[in-house]
Amino acid sequence: MQRHAQVLSNKKTSTYDVARIRADFPILQREINGRPLVYLDNAATSQKPIQVIQTLDQFYNYYNANVYRGVYRISEEATVAYEEARRKIANLINAKDPSEIIFVRGTTEAINLAACSWGRSNVGLGDSIMLTEMEHHSNIVPWQQLAREKGASLKYVGISDDGRLVRDEFHQHLEAGNVRLFAATHVSNVLGTINPIRELAGEAHKQGCKVLVDGAQSVPHMPIDVQDLDCDFLTFSGHKMCGPTGIGVLYGKRELLQEMEPYQSGGEMIREVHLYETTFKDPPFRFEAGTTDIAGAIGLGAAADYLTKLGLRNIRDHDKEITKYALSALGKVKGLKMFGPADPETRGGVVSFNLADVHAHDMASMLDEDGIAVRSGHHCAQPLMERLGVPATTRASVYLYNTEEEIDRLVESVERAGRVFKI
Amino acid sequence: MSSVYSEIILDYYRHPRNKGTLIDPQISAKDSNPLCGDIIEMQLELDKNNNVKDVRFNGQGCAISQASASMLTEIVKGKTVEEARKISKEEILSLIGGQLSAVRLKCALLSLKVLKTGIYSYLGSAGDSKEELSQF
Repeated sequence: MQRHAQVLSNKKTSTYDVARIRADFPILQREINGRPLVYLDNAATSQKPIQVIQTLDQFYNYYNANVYRGVYRISEEATVAYEEARRKIANLINAKDPSEIIFVRGTTEAINLAACSWGRSNVGLGDSIMLTEMEHHSNIVPWQQLAREKGASLKYVGISDDGRLVRDEFHQHLEAGNVRLFAATHVSNVLGTINPIRELAGEAHKQGCKVLVDGAQSVPHMPIDVQDLDCDFLTFSGHKMCGPTGIGVLYGKRELLQEMEPYQSGGEMIREVHLYETTFKDPPFRFEAGTTDIAGAIGLGAAADYLTKLGLRNIRDHDKEITKYALSALGKVKGLKMFGPADPETRGGVVSFNLADVHAHDMASMLDEDGIAVRSGHHCAQPLMERLGVPATTRASVYLYNTEEEIDRLVESVERAGRVFKI
Repeated sequence: MSSVYSEIILDYYRHPRNKGTLIDPQISAKDSNPLCGDIIEMQLELDKNNNVKDVRFNGQGCAISQASASMLTEIVKGKTVEEARKISKEEILSLIGGQLSAVRLKCALLSLKVLKTGIYSYLGSAGDSKEELSQF
Protein backbone atom coordinates (compact mmCIF):
# COMPACT_ATOMS: atom_id res chain seq x y z
CA MET A 1 0.00 0.00 0.00
CA GLN A 2 1.00 3.64 -0.26
CA ARG A 3 3.18 3.77 2.87
CA HIS A 4 5.24 6.66 1.53
CA ALA A 5 2.28 8.99 1.26
CA GLN A 6 1.05 7.92 4.66
CA VAL A 7 4.40 8.55 6.32
CA LEU A 8 4.50 12.07 4.90
CA SER A 9 1.03 12.84 6.16
CA ASN A 10 1.82 11.52 9.62
CA LYS A 11 4.75 13.89 10.00
CA LYS A 12 3.85 16.64 12.44
CA THR A 13 3.88 20.06 10.82
CA SER A 14 5.42 22.87 12.82
CA THR A 15 2.28 24.97 12.83
CA TYR A 16 -1.33 23.87 12.75
CA ASP A 17 -2.98 26.96 11.34
CA VAL A 18 -6.50 26.63 12.71
CA ALA A 19 -7.54 30.06 11.35
CA ARG A 20 -6.61 28.99 7.83
CA ILE A 21 -8.39 25.69 8.33
CA ARG A 22 -11.54 27.42 9.59
CA ALA A 23 -11.55 29.56 6.43
CA ASP A 24 -12.14 26.31 4.51
CA PHE A 25 -15.48 25.79 6.31
CA PRO A 26 -18.16 28.26 5.11
CA ILE A 27 -20.65 27.33 7.85
CA LEU A 28 -18.28 28.52 10.56
CA GLN A 29 -19.04 32.07 9.38
CA ARG A 30 -22.64 31.76 10.54
CA GLU A 31 -23.99 33.75 13.41
CA ILE A 32 -26.58 32.51 15.88
CA ASN A 33 -28.39 35.21 17.87
CA GLY A 34 -25.76 37.71 16.82
CA ARG A 35 -22.77 35.62 17.88
CA PRO A 36 -20.49 33.38 15.78
CA LEU A 37 -21.67 29.77 15.74
CA VAL A 38 -19.64 27.57 18.09
CA TYR A 39 -20.09 24.08 16.70
CA LEU A 40 -19.28 21.47 19.30
CA ASP A 41 -21.41 18.56 18.17
CA ASN A 42 -18.85 16.83 15.94
CA ALA A 43 -19.63 13.43 17.39
CA ALA A 44 -23.07 13.80 15.78
CA THR A 45 -21.78 15.10 12.47
CA SER A 46 -18.85 17.14 11.18
CA GLN A 47 -18.82 20.29 9.07
CA LYS A 48 -17.64 20.14 5.46
CA PRO A 49 -14.77 22.04 3.89
CA ILE A 50 -15.36 23.91 0.64
CA GLN A 51 -13.11 21.36 -1.10
CA VAL A 52 -15.64 18.59 -0.41
CA ILE A 53 -18.65 20.76 -1.26
CA GLN A 54 -17.02 21.77 -4.56
CA THR A 55 -16.25 18.15 -5.39
CA LEU A 56 -19.96 17.34 -5.09
CA ASP A 57 -20.85 20.38 -7.23
CA GLN A 58 -18.33 19.34 -9.82
CA PHE A 59 -19.69 15.82 -10.04
CA TYR A 60 -23.25 17.01 -10.55
CA ASN A 61 -22.24 19.86 -12.86
CA TYR A 62 -19.78 18.04 -15.12
CA TYR A 63 -19.75 14.27 -15.03
CA ASN A 64 -22.82 12.96 -13.22
CA ALA A 65 -23.63 9.54 -14.66
CA ASN A 66 -24.32 6.07 -13.37
CA VAL A 67 -21.25 3.94 -12.87
CA TYR A 68 -20.01 0.70 -14.51
CA ARG A 69 -22.76 0.26 -17.06
CA GLY A 70 -22.32 3.14 -19.47
CA VAL A 71 -19.91 2.98 -22.39
CA TYR A 72 -19.96 6.73 -22.85
CA ARG A 73 -17.40 9.27 -21.63
CA ILE A 74 -19.06 10.71 -18.54
CA SER A 75 -20.02 7.30 -17.25
CA GLU A 76 -16.36 6.32 -17.54
CA GLU A 77 -15.34 9.46 -15.67
CA ALA A 78 -17.86 8.77 -12.90
CA THR A 79 -16.71 5.17 -12.62
CA VAL A 80 -13.06 6.17 -12.39
CA ALA A 81 -13.84 8.76 -9.70
CA TYR A 82 -15.96 6.30 -7.72
CA GLU A 83 -13.28 3.60 -7.75
CA GLU A 84 -10.61 6.21 -7.03
CA ALA A 85 -12.59 7.15 -3.90
CA ARG A 86 -12.55 3.49 -2.86
CA ARG A 87 -8.77 3.43 -3.30
CA LYS A 88 -8.39 6.61 -1.23
CA ILE A 89 -10.35 5.08 1.65
CA ALA A 90 -8.33 1.87 1.43
CA ASN A 91 -5.16 3.98 1.67
CA LEU A 92 -6.55 6.01 4.56
CA ILE A 93 -6.94 2.96 6.77
CA ASN A 94 -4.10 0.92 5.19
CA ALA A 95 -6.33 -1.86 3.92
CA LYS A 96 -4.55 -4.47 1.79
CA ASP A 97 -6.77 -3.84 -1.21
CA PRO A 98 -9.60 -1.53 -2.32
CA SER A 99 -11.82 -4.62 -2.62
CA GLU A 100 -11.91 -4.68 1.17
CA ILE A 101 -13.80 -1.35 1.19
CA ILE A 102 -17.59 -1.59 0.87
CA PHE A 103 -19.56 1.63 0.49
CA VAL A 104 -22.70 1.71 2.63
CA ARG A 105 -24.92 4.45 4.10
CA GLY A 106 -23.05 4.82 7.35
CA THR A 107 -21.76 3.01 10.42
CA THR A 108 -25.22 1.69 11.27
CA GLU A 109 -25.70 0.07 7.87
CA ALA A 110 -22.13 -1.28 7.98
CA ILE A 111 -22.81 -3.07 11.26
CA ASN A 112 -26.15 -4.36 10.00
CA LEU A 113 -24.41 -5.71 6.90
CA ALA A 114 -21.85 -7.52 9.01
CA ALA A 115 -24.54 -8.90 11.34
CA CYS A 116 -26.74 -10.15 8.53
CA SER A 117 -24.13 -11.30 6.10
CA TRP A 118 -21.30 -12.54 8.30
CA GLY A 119 -23.30 -13.06 11.49
CA ARG A 120 -26.00 -15.30 10.08
CA SER A 121 -23.45 -17.77 8.68
CA ASN A 122 -21.05 -17.72 11.60
CA VAL A 123 -23.08 -17.37 14.77
CA GLY A 124 -25.26 -20.27 15.82
CA LEU A 125 -27.25 -21.82 18.65
CA GLY A 126 -25.35 -21.59 21.92
CA ASP A 127 -22.74 -19.15 20.60
CA SER A 128 -22.00 -15.78 22.22
CA ILE A 129 -21.42 -12.30 20.90
CA MET A 130 -19.39 -10.05 23.19
CA LEU A 131 -20.18 -6.33 23.39
CA THR A 132 -19.39 -3.57 25.88
CA GLU A 133 -21.54 -1.41 28.17
CA MET A 134 -20.41 1.72 26.33
CA GLU A 135 -21.72 0.77 22.87
CA HIS A 136 -23.87 2.94 20.65
CA HIS A 137 -27.27 1.42 19.87
CA SER A 138 -26.07 0.65 16.33
CA ASN A 139 -23.53 -1.78 17.81
CA ILE A 140 -26.05 -3.40 20.17
CA VAL A 141 -29.41 -3.78 18.47
CA PRO A 142 -28.27 -5.61 15.30
CA TRP A 143 -26.52 -8.16 17.54
CA GLN A 144 -29.60 -8.54 19.73
CA GLN A 145 -31.62 -9.26 16.61
CA LEU A 146 -29.05 -11.79 15.41
CA ALA A 147 -28.82 -13.47 18.80
CA ARG A 148 -32.60 -13.78 19.00
CA GLU A 149 -32.75 -15.25 15.49
CA LYS A 150 -29.99 -17.78 16.12
CA GLY A 151 -30.47 -18.70 19.76
CA ALA A 152 -27.15 -17.10 20.63
CA SER A 153 -26.44 -14.98 23.70
CA LEU A 154 -24.91 -11.58 24.33
CA LYS A 155 -22.15 -10.99 26.84
CA TYR A 156 -21.12 -7.54 28.01
CA VAL A 157 -17.77 -6.18 29.15
CA GLY A 158 -18.50 -3.72 31.93
CA ILE A 159 -16.87 -0.34 32.51
CA SER A 160 -15.11 1.11 35.51
CA ASP A 161 -16.21 4.38 37.11
CA ASP A 162 -13.69 6.30 35.03
CA GLY A 163 -15.11 4.88 31.83
CA ARG A 164 -12.61 2.18 30.92
CA LEU A 165 -13.35 -1.42 29.96
CA VAL A 166 -12.94 -3.95 32.76
CA ARG A 167 -10.32 -6.23 31.18
CA ASP A 168 -11.01 -9.08 33.61
CA GLU A 169 -14.58 -9.34 32.32
CA PHE A 170 -13.30 -9.42 28.73
CA HIS A 171 -11.03 -12.33 29.55
CA GLN A 172 -13.68 -14.16 31.57
CA HIS A 173 -16.14 -14.03 28.69
CA LEU A 174 -13.49 -15.28 26.26
CA GLU A 175 -12.46 -18.12 28.60
CA ALA A 176 -16.09 -19.21 28.91
CA GLY A 177 -15.84 -20.22 25.27
CA ASN A 178 -18.01 -20.05 22.14
CA VAL A 179 -17.53 -16.33 21.68
CA ARG A 180 -17.76 -15.87 17.92
CA LEU A 181 -17.45 -12.10 17.78
CA PHE A 182 -16.23 -9.20 19.88
CA ALA A 183 -17.88 -5.99 18.65
CA ALA A 184 -16.67 -2.83 20.31
CA THR A 185 -16.29 0.87 19.80
CA HIS A 186 -12.81 2.24 19.21
CA VAL A 187 -13.66 5.61 20.80
CA SER A 188 -16.80 6.05 22.93
CA ASN A 189 -19.23 8.69 21.65
CA VAL A 190 -20.17 9.56 25.25
CA LEU A 191 -17.10 8.98 27.41
CA GLY A 192 -14.38 9.63 24.86
CA THR A 193 -12.59 6.49 26.07
CA ILE A 194 -10.13 5.06 23.54
CA ASN A 195 -10.29 1.29 23.81
CA PRO A 196 -7.07 -0.77 23.40
CA ILE A 197 -8.33 -2.50 20.27
CA ARG A 198 -4.97 -3.92 19.15
CA GLU A 199 -4.45 -5.82 22.40
CA LEU A 200 -8.08 -6.91 22.71
CA ALA A 201 -8.16 -8.13 19.10
CA GLY A 202 -5.00 -10.13 19.73
CA GLU A 203 -6.57 -11.84 22.73
CA ALA A 204 -9.82 -12.48 20.89
CA HIS A 205 -8.08 -14.00 17.88
CA LYS A 206 -6.21 -16.45 20.10
CA GLN A 207 -9.61 -17.87 21.07
CA GLY A 208 -10.87 -17.96 17.50
CA CYS A 209 -13.09 -14.95 18.05
CA LYS A 210 -13.53 -12.35 15.30
CA VAL A 211 -13.42 -8.62 15.97
CA LEU A 212 -15.62 -5.82 14.63
CA VAL A 213 -14.56 -2.28 15.49
CA ASP A 214 -16.97 0.66 15.44
CA GLY A 215 -14.65 3.36 14.16
CA ALA A 216 -17.26 6.12 13.86
CA GLN A 217 -15.50 8.32 16.43
CA SER A 218 -11.92 7.20 15.68
CA VAL A 219 -11.38 7.10 11.91
CA PRO A 220 -12.13 10.84 11.51
CA HIS A 221 -9.85 11.79 14.38
CA MET A 222 -6.62 9.78 14.28
CA PRO A 223 -4.37 7.68 12.02
CA ILE A 224 -5.90 4.23 11.61
CA ASP A 225 -4.02 1.16 10.39
CA VAL A 226 -6.19 -1.94 10.07
CA GLN A 227 -3.08 -4.11 9.61
CA ASP A 228 -1.82 -2.91 12.98
CA LEU A 229 -5.21 -3.19 14.72
CA ASP A 230 -5.82 -6.49 12.94
CA CYS A 231 -9.59 -6.02 13.24
CA ASP A 232 -11.71 -8.27 11.02
CA PHE A 233 -14.24 -5.51 10.34
CA LEU A 234 -14.12 -1.76 10.75
CA THR A 235 -17.15 0.49 10.35
CA PHE A 236 -17.28 4.26 9.96
CA SER A 237 -19.36 7.15 8.63
CA GLY A 238 -18.41 9.65 5.95
CA HIS A 239 -20.43 12.49 7.44
CA LYS A 240 -18.39 12.43 10.67
CA MET A 241 -15.13 12.87 8.76
CA CYS A 242 -15.90 15.98 6.71
CA GLY A 243 -17.68 13.89 4.07
CA PRO A 244 -21.27 14.08 2.87
CA THR A 245 -24.21 12.49 4.67
CA GLY A 246 -25.48 9.17 3.34
CA ILE A 247 -22.11 7.46 2.82
CA GLY A 248 -20.08 5.21 5.08
CA VAL A 249 -17.75 2.25 4.94
CA LEU A 250 -17.54 -1.35 6.00
CA TYR A 251 -13.97 -2.61 5.85
CA GLY A 252 -13.63 -6.38 6.02
CA LYS A 253 -10.66 -8.70 5.62
CA ARG A 254 -10.66 -10.12 2.11
CA GLU A 255 -10.89 -13.74 3.18
CA LEU A 256 -13.98 -13.01 5.29
CA LEU A 257 -15.77 -10.99 2.61
CA GLN A 258 -15.12 -13.76 0.07
CA GLU A 259 -17.22 -16.18 2.12
CA MET A 260 -20.06 -13.79 2.93
CA GLU A 261 -23.56 -14.02 1.47
CA PRO A 262 -25.05 -10.87 -0.07
CA TYR A 263 -26.82 -8.36 2.21
CA GLN A 264 -29.13 -6.55 -0.20
CA SER A 265 -29.68 -8.08 -3.58
CA GLY A 266 -30.68 -6.78 -6.95
CA GLY A 267 -28.79 -5.00 -9.68
CA GLU A 268 -25.01 -4.50 -9.89
CA MET A 269 -24.10 -7.21 -7.38
CA ILE A 270 -24.93 -10.02 -9.82
CA ARG A 271 -22.97 -11.83 -12.52
CA GLU A 272 -25.78 -13.67 -14.23
CA VAL A 273 -29.50 -13.69 -13.48
CA HIS A 274 -31.76 -16.44 -14.71
CA LEU A 275 -35.36 -16.98 -13.79
CA TYR A 276 -34.66 -19.29 -10.89
CA GLU A 277 -31.03 -18.76 -10.01
CA THR A 278 -28.42 -16.08 -9.93
CA THR A 279 -24.65 -15.89 -9.45
CA PHE A 280 -23.09 -13.07 -7.51
CA LYS A 281 -20.07 -10.83 -7.99
CA ASP A 282 -16.94 -10.82 -5.89
CA PRO A 283 -16.53 -8.39 -3.00
CA PRO A 284 -16.89 -5.44 -2.77
CA PHE A 285 -19.45 -5.31 -5.57
CA ARG A 286 -21.38 -8.25 -4.09
CA PHE A 287 -22.35 -5.92 -1.23
CA GLU A 288 -23.21 -2.82 -3.25
CA ALA A 289 -26.63 -3.51 -4.71
CA GLY A 290 -28.35 -0.98 -6.93
CA THR A 291 -27.11 2.49 -7.62
CA THR A 292 -24.99 3.45 -4.63
CA ASP A 293 -24.38 6.99 -3.33
CA ILE A 294 -21.95 7.75 -6.13
CA ALA A 295 -21.71 11.46 -5.34
CA GLY A 296 -21.35 10.63 -1.67
CA ALA A 297 -18.47 8.25 -2.29
CA ILE A 298 -16.66 10.74 -4.51
CA GLY A 299 -17.26 13.43 -1.88
CA LEU A 300 -15.90 11.06 0.77
CA GLY A 301 -12.80 10.59 -1.36
CA ALA A 302 -12.33 14.36 -1.35
CA ALA A 303 -12.77 14.36 2.45
CA ALA A 304 -10.11 11.65 2.75
CA ASP A 305 -7.79 13.86 0.64
CA TYR A 306 -8.50 16.84 2.90
CA LEU A 307 -7.79 14.92 6.10
CA THR A 308 -4.70 13.24 4.65
CA LYS A 309 -3.31 16.61 3.56
CA LEU A 310 -3.83 18.03 7.06
CA GLY A 311 -2.40 14.87 8.53
CA LEU A 312 -4.40 12.56 10.80
CA ARG A 313 -1.60 12.73 13.38
CA ASN A 314 -1.90 16.52 13.39
CA ILE A 315 -5.67 16.29 13.71
CA ARG A 316 -5.30 13.94 16.69
CA ASP A 317 -2.78 16.29 18.31
CA HIS A 318 -5.10 19.25 17.82
CA ASP A 319 -8.09 17.34 19.22
CA LYS A 320 -5.98 16.37 22.24
CA GLU A 321 -4.86 19.94 22.86
CA ILE A 322 -8.39 21.34 22.75
CA THR A 323 -9.76 18.47 24.83
CA LYS A 324 -7.06 18.98 27.46
CA TYR A 325 -7.99 22.66 27.59
CA ALA A 326 -11.70 21.81 27.84
CA LEU A 327 -11.23 19.22 30.60
CA SER A 328 -9.24 21.74 32.59
CA ALA A 329 -11.62 24.67 32.04
CA LEU A 330 -14.79 22.67 32.67
CA GLY A 331 -13.15 21.12 35.71
CA LYS A 332 -13.07 24.56 37.32
CA VAL A 333 -16.85 25.08 37.03
CA LYS A 334 -18.49 24.60 40.40
CA GLY A 335 -20.88 21.66 40.52
CA LEU A 336 -19.87 20.31 37.13
CA LYS A 337 -19.34 16.56 36.78
CA MET A 338 -17.55 15.10 33.76
CA PHE A 339 -17.64 11.50 32.54
CA GLY A 340 -14.87 9.38 31.06
CA PRO A 341 -11.10 9.15 31.59
CA ALA A 342 -9.39 12.22 33.01
CA ASP A 343 -6.23 11.83 30.93
CA PRO A 344 -6.51 13.46 27.47
CA GLU A 345 -3.87 11.01 26.16
CA THR A 346 -6.29 8.13 26.56
CA ARG A 347 -9.43 9.79 25.32
CA GLY A 348 -10.89 11.31 22.20
CA GLY A 349 -12.37 14.78 21.95
CA VAL A 350 -15.77 13.92 23.39
CA VAL A 351 -16.66 15.42 26.78
CA SER A 352 -19.96 14.57 28.47
CA PHE A 353 -20.99 16.43 31.57
CA ASN A 354 -23.80 17.43 33.88
CA LEU A 355 -23.99 20.63 35.91
CA ALA A 356 -25.46 19.87 39.34
CA ASP A 357 -29.10 18.93 38.74
CA VAL A 358 -29.62 21.12 35.69
CA HIS A 359 -31.32 18.92 33.15
CA ALA A 360 -29.27 18.23 30.05
CA HIS A 361 -31.98 19.59 27.75
CA ASP A 362 -32.10 22.85 29.69
CA MET A 363 -28.30 23.12 29.53
CA ALA A 364 -28.25 22.57 25.76
CA SER A 365 -31.08 25.08 25.26
CA MET A 366 -29.22 27.72 27.25
CA LEU A 367 -26.06 27.06 25.29
CA ASP A 368 -28.05 27.36 22.05
CA GLU A 369 -29.21 30.82 23.16
CA ASP A 370 -25.53 31.75 23.22
CA GLY A 371 -24.90 30.27 19.75
CA ILE A 372 -23.27 27.09 21.01
CA ALA A 373 -24.20 23.72 19.51
CA VAL A 374 -23.87 20.73 21.80
CA ARG A 375 -25.87 17.54 22.12
CA SER A 376 -28.01 16.55 25.06
CA GLY A 377 -29.81 13.32 25.76
CA HIS A 378 -28.79 9.70 25.89
CA HIS A 379 -26.59 9.88 22.78
CA CYS A 380 -27.98 6.57 21.47
CA ALA A 381 -26.41 4.82 24.43
CA GLN A 382 -29.26 4.13 26.85
CA PRO A 383 -27.51 1.13 28.51
CA LEU A 384 -24.52 3.38 29.18
CA MET A 385 -26.72 6.09 30.71
CA GLU A 386 -28.17 3.45 33.03
CA ARG A 387 -24.68 2.33 34.00
CA LEU A 388 -23.71 5.96 34.69
CA GLY A 389 -26.91 6.43 36.70
CA VAL A 390 -28.09 9.48 34.76
CA PRO A 391 -31.04 9.97 32.39
CA ALA A 392 -29.00 12.17 30.07
CA THR A 393 -25.82 14.21 29.72
CA THR A 394 -24.73 17.26 27.78
CA ARG A 395 -21.99 16.44 25.31
CA ALA A 396 -19.42 18.72 23.68
CA SER A 397 -17.27 17.12 20.98
CA VAL A 398 -14.39 18.79 19.16
CA TYR A 399 -12.79 18.46 15.76
CA LEU A 400 -10.01 19.87 13.62
CA TYR A 401 -11.49 23.39 13.42
CA ASN A 402 -12.38 24.06 17.06
CA THR A 403 -10.41 26.56 19.13
CA GLU A 404 -9.65 27.35 22.75
CA GLU A 405 -11.68 30.54 22.36
CA GLU A 406 -14.70 28.40 21.53
CA ILE A 407 -14.11 26.37 24.69
CA ASP A 408 -13.96 29.65 26.64
CA ARG A 409 -17.38 30.55 25.22
CA LEU A 410 -18.69 27.11 26.16
CA VAL A 411 -17.50 27.49 29.74
CA GLU A 412 -18.88 31.04 29.94
CA SER A 413 -22.26 29.77 28.82
CA VAL A 414 -22.24 26.82 31.18
CA GLU A 415 -21.54 29.22 34.04
CA ARG A 416 -24.38 31.47 32.91
CA ALA A 417 -26.70 28.44 32.97
CA GLY A 418 -25.50 27.76 36.50
CA ARG A 419 -26.43 31.30 37.55
CA VAL A 420 -29.85 31.16 35.86
CA PHE A 421 -30.67 27.86 37.50
CA LYS A 422 -29.10 29.04 40.77
CA ILE A 423 -27.08 25.87 41.28
CA MET B 1 -35.38 36.07 20.29
CA SER B 2 -36.36 36.01 23.91
CA SER B 3 -35.13 33.26 26.15
CA VAL B 4 -37.62 30.52 26.91
CA TYR B 5 -36.13 30.52 30.40
CA SER B 6 -38.12 33.48 31.59
CA GLU B 7 -38.39 34.36 35.24
CA ILE B 8 -41.86 32.82 35.12
CA ILE B 9 -40.64 29.41 33.92
CA LEU B 10 -37.76 29.42 36.36
CA ASP B 11 -40.09 30.38 39.20
CA TYR B 12 -42.48 27.52 38.46
CA TYR B 13 -39.49 25.18 38.13
CA ARG B 14 -37.89 26.20 41.40
CA HIS B 15 -41.13 26.70 43.34
CA PRO B 16 -43.62 24.33 41.76
CA ARG B 17 -47.23 24.86 42.63
CA ASN B 18 -49.43 21.82 43.28
CA LYS B 19 -46.59 19.33 43.30
CA GLY B 20 -47.32 16.10 45.11
CA THR B 21 -49.88 13.32 45.21
CA LEU B 22 -53.56 13.02 46.09
CA ILE B 23 -54.96 10.37 48.41
CA ASP B 24 -57.95 9.37 46.31
CA PRO B 25 -57.85 10.87 42.83
CA GLN B 26 -60.60 10.03 40.38
CA ILE B 27 -58.31 10.74 37.46
CA SER B 28 -54.71 9.64 37.33
CA ALA B 29 -52.23 9.24 34.51
CA LYS B 30 -48.48 9.10 33.95
CA ASP B 31 -46.18 9.33 30.97
CA SER B 32 -42.57 9.95 30.10
CA ASN B 33 -40.42 11.26 27.31
CA PRO B 34 -37.78 8.54 27.04
CA LEU B 35 -35.60 10.72 24.83
CA CYS B 36 -34.64 12.93 27.72
CA GLY B 37 -35.97 11.32 30.87
CA ASP B 38 -38.89 13.68 31.57
CA ILE B 39 -41.58 11.97 33.67
CA ILE B 40 -44.95 13.54 34.52
CA GLU B 41 -47.82 12.19 36.60
CA MET B 42 -51.12 14.10 36.92
CA GLN B 43 -53.86 13.43 39.45
CA LEU B 44 -57.29 15.07 39.67
CA GLU B 45 -59.85 14.95 42.46
CA LEU B 46 -63.40 15.72 41.37
CA ASP B 47 -66.45 16.97 43.29
CA LYS B 48 -69.91 15.50 42.72
CA ASN B 49 -70.53 17.94 39.85
CA ASN B 50 -67.47 16.75 37.98
CA ASN B 51 -65.55 19.93 38.75
CA VAL B 52 -61.84 19.63 39.40
CA LYS B 53 -61.67 20.12 43.15
CA ASP B 54 -57.97 19.48 43.53
CA VAL B 55 -55.04 18.62 41.31
CA ARG B 56 -51.45 17.56 41.75
CA PHE B 57 -48.56 16.86 39.43
CA ASN B 58 -45.46 14.86 40.19
CA GLY B 59 -42.35 14.00 38.27
CA GLN B 60 -38.84 14.91 37.25
CA GLY B 61 -37.17 16.30 34.20
CA CYS B 62 -36.23 19.47 32.40
CA ALA B 63 -37.40 22.89 33.51
CA ILE B 64 -39.78 23.25 30.56
CA SER B 65 -41.62 20.00 31.26
CA GLN B 66 -41.91 20.53 35.00
CA ALA B 67 -42.84 24.22 34.85
CA SER B 68 -45.52 23.61 32.23
CA ALA B 69 -46.94 20.79 34.35
CA SER B 70 -47.19 23.11 37.32
CA MET B 71 -48.79 25.86 35.23
CA LEU B 72 -51.27 23.36 33.86
CA THR B 73 -52.43 22.39 37.35
CA GLU B 74 -53.34 26.02 38.01
CA ILE B 75 -55.36 26.26 34.79
CA VAL B 76 -57.19 23.01 35.45
CA LYS B 77 -58.29 23.67 39.02
CA GLY B 78 -61.96 24.66 39.20
CA LYS B 79 -62.74 23.65 35.63
CA THR B 80 -65.21 20.94 34.77
CA VAL B 81 -63.81 17.75 33.33
CA GLU B 82 -65.27 18.73 29.95
CA GLU B 83 -63.52 22.11 30.06
CA ALA B 84 -60.28 20.46 31.09
CA ARG B 85 -60.55 18.09 28.15
CA LYS B 86 -60.68 21.09 25.81
CA ILE B 87 -57.47 22.80 27.02
CA SER B 88 -55.43 23.37 23.89
CA LYS B 89 -51.74 23.08 23.04
CA GLU B 90 -51.79 26.73 22.03
CA GLU B 91 -52.93 27.74 25.51
CA ILE B 92 -49.98 25.93 27.11
CA LEU B 93 -47.47 27.26 24.60
CA SER B 94 -48.66 30.86 24.99
CA LEU B 95 -48.16 30.59 28.75
CA ILE B 96 -44.62 29.40 28.26
CA GLY B 97 -43.75 32.02 25.70
CA GLY B 98 -40.48 32.12 23.81
CA GLN B 99 -39.62 30.04 20.75
CA LEU B 100 -39.55 26.33 21.25
CA SER B 101 -37.83 23.89 18.89
CA ALA B 102 -39.66 20.72 17.88
CA VAL B 103 -37.68 18.74 20.44
CA ARG B 104 -38.55 21.10 23.35
CA LEU B 105 -42.22 21.25 22.25
CA LYS B 106 -42.53 17.66 23.37
CA CYS B 107 -41.20 18.64 26.79
CA ALA B 108 -43.67 21.51 27.06
CA LEU B 109 -46.68 19.45 26.05
CA LEU B 110 -45.97 16.26 27.97
CA SER B 111 -48.14 17.29 30.93
CA LEU B 112 -51.07 18.19 28.67
CA LYS B 113 -50.76 14.80 27.01
CA VAL B 114 -50.79 13.12 30.42
CA LEU B 115 -53.82 15.16 31.54
CA LYS B 116 -55.79 14.29 28.44
CA THR B 117 -54.83 10.62 28.69
CA GLY B 118 -56.22 10.56 32.22
CA ILE B 119 -59.40 12.44 31.27
CA TYR B 120 -60.15 10.23 28.27
CA SER B 121 -59.59 7.18 30.39
CA TYR B 122 -62.05 8.52 32.99
CA LEU B 123 -64.64 9.47 30.40
CA GLY B 124 -64.31 6.05 28.87
CA SER B 125 -64.06 7.48 25.38
CA ALA B 126 -60.68 6.00 24.52
CA GLY B 127 -61.63 5.74 20.84
CA ASP B 128 -62.05 9.50 20.29
CA SER B 129 -58.85 10.24 22.08
CA LYS B 130 -56.50 8.12 19.98
CA GLU B 131 -56.22 10.63 17.15
CA GLU B 132 -55.77 13.61 19.42
CA LEU B 133 -53.21 11.93 21.68
CA SER B 134 -51.19 10.73 18.69
CA GLN B 135 -50.52 14.38 17.86
CA PHE B 136 -48.40 14.75 20.95
